Amino acid sequence: MERKELICIGCPMGCMMSVELEQGKVTAVTGNTCKRGDAYARKEVTDPTRIVTSTVKLRGGQYPVVSVKTSKDIPKDMIEACMKALKETEAKAPVEIGDVIVENVAGTGADVVATKTVL
Amino acid sequence: METYDIVVIGGGPAGLAAALSAKRKGVSRIIILERDRELGGILNQCIHNGFGLHTFQEELTGPEYAARFAAEVKREGIAFLLDTMVTDISPDKIVTAMNSREGLFHISAKAVILAMGCRERPRGALNIPGYRPAGIYSAGTAQRLVNIEGYMPGREVVILGSGDIGLIMARRMTLEGAKVKVVAELMPYSGGLKRNIVQCLEDYKIPLKLSHTVVDIQGKERVRGVTLAKVDQDRNPIPGTEETYSCDTLLLSCGLVPENELSRGIGVFMNPVTSGPVVNGRFQTSVAGVFACGNVLHVHDLVDFVSQEAAGAGESAAEYVLCGCSFKKEGADFQVKAQGGVRYTVPSSICSDGVRQQQTIRFRVGDVYKNHFIAVYLNGKRLIHKKRQIMAPGEMEELNFDMNWLSPYPDGGEIIVTLEEA
Repeated sequence: MERKELICIGCPMGCMMSVELEQGKVTAVTGNTCKRGDAYARKEVTDPTRIVTSTVKLRGGQYPVVSVKTSKDIPKDMIEACMKALKETEAKAPVEIGDVIVENVAGTGADVVATKTVL
Repeated sequence: METYDIVVIGGGPAGLAAALSAKRKGVSRIIILERDRELGGILNQCIHNGFGLHTFQEELTGPEYAARFAAEVKREGIAFLLDTMVTDISPDKIVTAMNSREGLFHISAKAVILAMGCRERPRGALNIPGYRPAGIYSAGTAQRLVNIEGYMPGREVVILGSGDIGLIMARRMTLEGAKVKVVAELMPYSGGLKRNIVQCLEDYKIPLKLSHTVVDIQGKERVRGVTLAKVDQDRNPIPGTEETYSCDTLLLSCGLVPENELSRGIGVFMNPVTSGPVVNGRFQTSVAGVFACGNVLHVHDLVDFVSQEAAGAGESAAEYVLCGCSFKKEGADFQVKAQGGVRYTVPSSICSDGVRQQQTIRFRVGDVYKNHFIAVYLNGKRLIHKKRQIMAPGEMEELNFDMNWLSPYPDGGEIIVTLEEA
């Protein structure tokens, strides 16, 4: 049996939760005060994901960079690979909000899209 | 001199929402004056997500949230001037502003909406000893440099203050390749959201040292290191607990202060707790026709609530203009007072107008309170008694006050917002 400790992010209570796992499957969540904590704990220990937000270099625009995000959350352990891909990317102005800047970034299935219009 | 019905000072989230709601209430001559080169204010540099859950029921980044409001402002045909700095507002509402195209100019307004936002508390206000080398930035300055100017302010970073901007910048600098060595917080609790502690610090194994502060900064030309020490209950450094971190950058995230130089110039009454103007339930300051909303009024945690509040201020300004620069008044005035753990309330007074059914009262508590009740008394009678599992200084509280409760009291009175033990 494996045990993982984590803090709930649902509200300012910040419950200290403990998750028990049996061969990668959650068998018990303790320490949470509400259902949201339980759901968060199960997802966080089995499949933690994040939306990544950053900037990429922009050529010929009114600003030297444009802000971007992944179109959906990606596995937490892919954040580094995603950032590496963004470092190597240069967009060309003008960029419209929602434009795809990198397709299927680092093989995650998520695109990287612009979050700002820069002329 | 040009004349407008409403002049909005500041084109950030508060100014945009206020202008939009005033326009939709039927005021046609509105102008927004913004000192930056685009609308949107601080949202433009807040490229992380988490904005808009209340307003749009989806998670947006700051620039996306700003773009939605800016697009609405343009669609409504509301006038705005960019790169324009307001230097003075007179009590009779003559606004003095300048930009590089028109030089110095004046605008006469029937109503003014103050929406200038807030400013970060700078090093000078923190009493940190040591030299004044390069490499010390407020967290928001670093955020602008990285996210808008595309410039990294340093490689090895120590952050003082665990407010949300500091936490967000810990992650941002890490993602951009810097080494964030530690975040120090003077208080025994973080001022930031739990979500940011987990996703900005723990995800990247950045240590958070509570009850710690900076006692020395090394380096003469450029920061070479920062010494932290643990503090006692009175927040005084404890000798012998010093630890030195080598770094080239110190970011300060030590609180925000409403930017009210213009408000003071008009002569509106100020609240010493919020450092913002005193307002009534209509967001009107002590000067008739001058309204305030957003972070210039009191510092918020969520932009969604800024937009809500500003929409209320915009509606009131519209009502004032459309009623020939006055308000319909039906009831008496009631002072709203903060007591027993409640630091302040916005508004500071309310008055029934026979129109509004509900009045939102926002406030902050001064410490972490578990299992306490929020209680509201009107002329000694308890009307609200609501249990909260936890309240913290970092999270603004809100309650709805039923305006019908005021009707038995034609002479006005006192509303007390306080905390009570379970």
